[in-house]
Amino acid sequence: MLRIDPKSGKQKWYRTDGAKSVFSALISILIGMLVGAVLIVIVGLTKAEISCGGIWDGIRLVFLGILSTGRNGSELSFGFNPVNLGNMLFRATPLIMTGMSVAVAFKTGLFNIGAPGQYLMGTAGTLSVGLALGNAGCPVMLAWLAAFLTGMILGALWGAIPGIFKAYLNINEVITCIMTNWISANLVTWWFDSHGVFKNSMEGGKIGYIIPLKNVGVVTPKMGMDVLFPGSQANGGFWIACLLAVAMYIMMTRTTFGYELRACGSNRHAAKYAGINDKKNIILSMMIAGALSAAGASLYYLAGNTEFFWSTYLSLPAEGFNGIPVALLASNNPIAVIFSGLFMSMLSICGTQLKSLTAYNEYVADIMIAIIVYLSAFSMFIKQMLNGAEKKKGGKK
Amino acid sequence: MVFLIQQTLLFAVPLMIVALAGVCAERSGVINLALEGIMIFGAFVGVFFIRIMQENDIFMKEQGQILVLLTMIVAAVCGGLFSLLLAFSAITLKADQTIGGTALNMLSPAVVLFFIILISQQTTMGMATGGAASWFMIRPSTFGLPKDHSWGPFLDVLLNKVYLSTYICLIVFVLVSIFLYKTKTGLRLRSCGENPQAADSLGINVYKMRYLGVVLSGMLAGMGGFTYALTTANCTASGEVAGYGFLALAVMIFGNWTPLNIAAGGILFGLFKCIAATYQTLDINGDGVFMLSEIGISPYVYRMLPYLITLIILAFTSRNSRVPKAEGIPYDKGKR
Repeated sequence: MLRIDPKSGKQKWYRTDGAKSVFSALISILIGMLVGAVLIVIVGLTKAEISCGGIWDGIRLVFLGILSTGRNGSELSFGFNPVNLGNMLFRATPLIMTGMSVAVAFKTGLFNIGAPGQYLMGTAGTLSVGLALGNAGCPVMLAWLAAFLTGMILGALWGAIPGIFKAYLNINEVITCIMTNWISANLVTWWFDSHGVFKNSMEGGKIGYIIPLKNVGVVTPKMGMDVLFPGSQANGGFWIACLLAVAMYIMMTRTTFGYELRACGSNRHAAKYAGINDKKNIILSMMIAGALSAAGASLYYLAGNTEFFWSTYLSLPAEGFNGIPVALLASNNPIAVIFSGLFMSMLSICGTQLKSLTAYNEYVADIMIAIIVYLSAFSMFIKQMLNGAEKKKGGKK
Repeated sequence: MVFLIQQTLLFAVPLMIVALAGVCAERSGVINLALEGIMIFGAFVGVFFIRIMQENDIFMKEQGQILVLLTMIVAAVCGGLFSLLLAFSAITLKADQTIGGTALNMLSPAVVLFFIILISQQTTMGMATGGAASWFMIRPSTFGLPKDHSWGPFLDVLLNKVYLSTYICLIVFVLVSIFLYKTKTGLRLRSCGENPQAADSLGINVYKMRYLGVVLSGMLAGMGGFTYALTTANCTASGEVAGYGFLALAVMIFGNWTPLNIAAGGILFGLFKCIAATYQTLDINGDGVFMLSEIGISPYVYRMLPYLITLIILAFTSRNSRVPKAEGIPYDKGKR
C-alpha cells in the first residue's frame, strides 16, 4: 500500500515495503529468541540438576552470548570479547556467500538446494590448487588468486549442470541439485582419496584431514582484522564477502543482465516473449550461484587454519544448506544477506557459549534459527498486520 | 541373490513410502519439502517409544513384532502431527511452502538432537537393550521353528531375516495408492492440486483437502523415517536420515507423481544403493567370486551410481514429466 506524506510528497521511510520487510524479520527474530528463552526455562524447571541461577545464565547467554567473556568465579561476565566477535565474522563469511548463492538463484525463480555440492567443489578446487602451487614455491598472492578462482570456476561449472537440465530438458532443479550434491560428495572424496599428497600425514591425530593451507603459507591477508579482533580467526575474507555482496546487489538491481534474471524469475514465459533468452539466463544464474557457494568454501579454507575432513561421501557440508535460511531471512536481498549471515553465526556462537558455560546444549540455538525461519515464512502475514495497524491509526485521525 | 533382493527392499521401501508421502501432499497442491525433517522426527519418536517400552518392561523380546507394529503407528501419528506445522503455515496462513518446509527441515534435527542429548548425553540414541536384529528381525524361530529351517528358495526370500516394517510399508503403499486413485476423496484431493478454483466451485473444501494431503503425507513420512531407522540404522536416532527425505523427493519427481512409477524408481534406486553398500561381499551367482570388487573400480563409482543413473534416466524421460498444476500456489478464494 502506497501512502504519500502530504508535506514532503514522498513515502515515509517506515512505510516503505523494504522497511516493512525489515520489521517483519525483526519480529520473527524476537519471537524466535523468546521461544528459545522459554525452552530454556522449561527444560531448567524439569531437570533437577539445573538451578534457578542456571536458568538465568542460560537466558542471558541466549540474548547476549556474543558478549560473554566467560565465567568470573561463579558469575557470568559480559563485555567486549574480541575472540567471539571475530569468530562471528569469520563463521559468517561462508554463510553470507552460500546465502547469496541461494538468493541469486531464487531471484531467477530457481531453488538452489545444490549449494552444498557447489561448496564441496569449491573446497576441493581451492585446497588442491592452493597446496600444489604453495608446494611448488609459487608467489603467495598468485597462488591465493589461482586457488580462489579455481574454486569459483569449479563451483560455477557444477552449478551449470542443474541449470542446463532445467533450461533444455525442463527437469526440476531440486532433483538435479540433490543428485549433483551427492555426486560431488563422492567425487571430492574420490579425488582426495586417490591423491595422497594432499592428505595430512605429518601431524598425529589429523589423519583423515587435508593439510591446512597455512602449512604452505597460502592464506588470506588479515586486512586489519587482527587489530580489531586480536586472537580470533577473522580475516580479510569477510571484507571480500561484503564486496561481493555489494557487487551482486548492483548487478541484480542496476544492470540489464540483473533485470533479465529477475524477469525470468517473475515469469519465464513472459520474459521469453519480451525477447529475453530465458535458457541462457537460467544457466548463467545457476553458474553465478555455484560460483558464489564455491567462493564461500574458498574463503573459509583460505583462512589457513581450517581443516577439511576429506572422507565426506556420507555427509554434505552444513554451510551449504544453511545458505537457504540466510537467504530467506534476508528476503533474497544481497545486502541484507550480510546481516542475516552475521546474525546466524552470532546465534551459533551463542550456542557454543551455552554449551561450554551452562548445562544446556548448543542445539537451543539451532531450534531458535529454525523457528525464526518458520516465522519468516509468515512475513506476508506480518506485513499485512502492520498495514492493518496503520489503517486503524489512519482511521482514528 | 536372496541377499541382494532383501537388501534392495530394505533400501527401497523407505524411499517408496516417503516418495508416496510426497505425492499425497503435492497432489493436493502443497510442496512438502519437509519430508526429510518429518522422517528425522519419525525416526526419533519411534526409537524413543521403543526405549520407553523396554525400560518399563512393557514388551519383551518375544512380542517384538507387536512392538514394531505399535511403534510404526506411533511414528506415523507423530509425523502427522508434526506436519500440521507445515499445513498451518502453507494452507491457513498462505505462506511460502518452500520456506515452511525448509524451516521444518531445520527445526526437526535441532529439536531431536536437543532431546537426544538430554536423554542419552550423546548425539545418538539407541534402544535401551539389545539391537534391532535380535529384537525385531523375522527368523524361523519367530514362528517357533528350528533355527536352520528352510521354506524353500522363494519363501526364504520373503520370510527369513526380514523386518515386519517392510511388509507393513508395502501394504500401506498399496492402500494409499488405491485411496488416491480409486476413491471419491482421493479424486477430490487430486483435483485440488490441479485446479483448486474449479474444485471449490463444485463444493469441495480445498483447505480441508490440502490439510488431509499434508497430514497423510506427514504420517507416511514419519512411518518411513522409523522404518529407515529400524532397518538400516540398527534402530538408532541421530538427528539425520542420510538425506533420504530429499532422495525420496527425487524419486517422486523421477516417478512422475504416480505410485507405480515411484515403486519402480524406488526399487531401481534401492538396487544401486544396495550394490554400493555391499559390492565387496556381493556374490551374485553364488559361485564364491566377488565379481564387482574384483573388477577394480573405485568404490566411489559404485556410490555415485544411484545418483548418476537417476540423472541420466531423467534426461531421457523428461518429456513425459507432469507436475501437478497448482502445486506450490497457496489457494486464495478471492482469486479466480
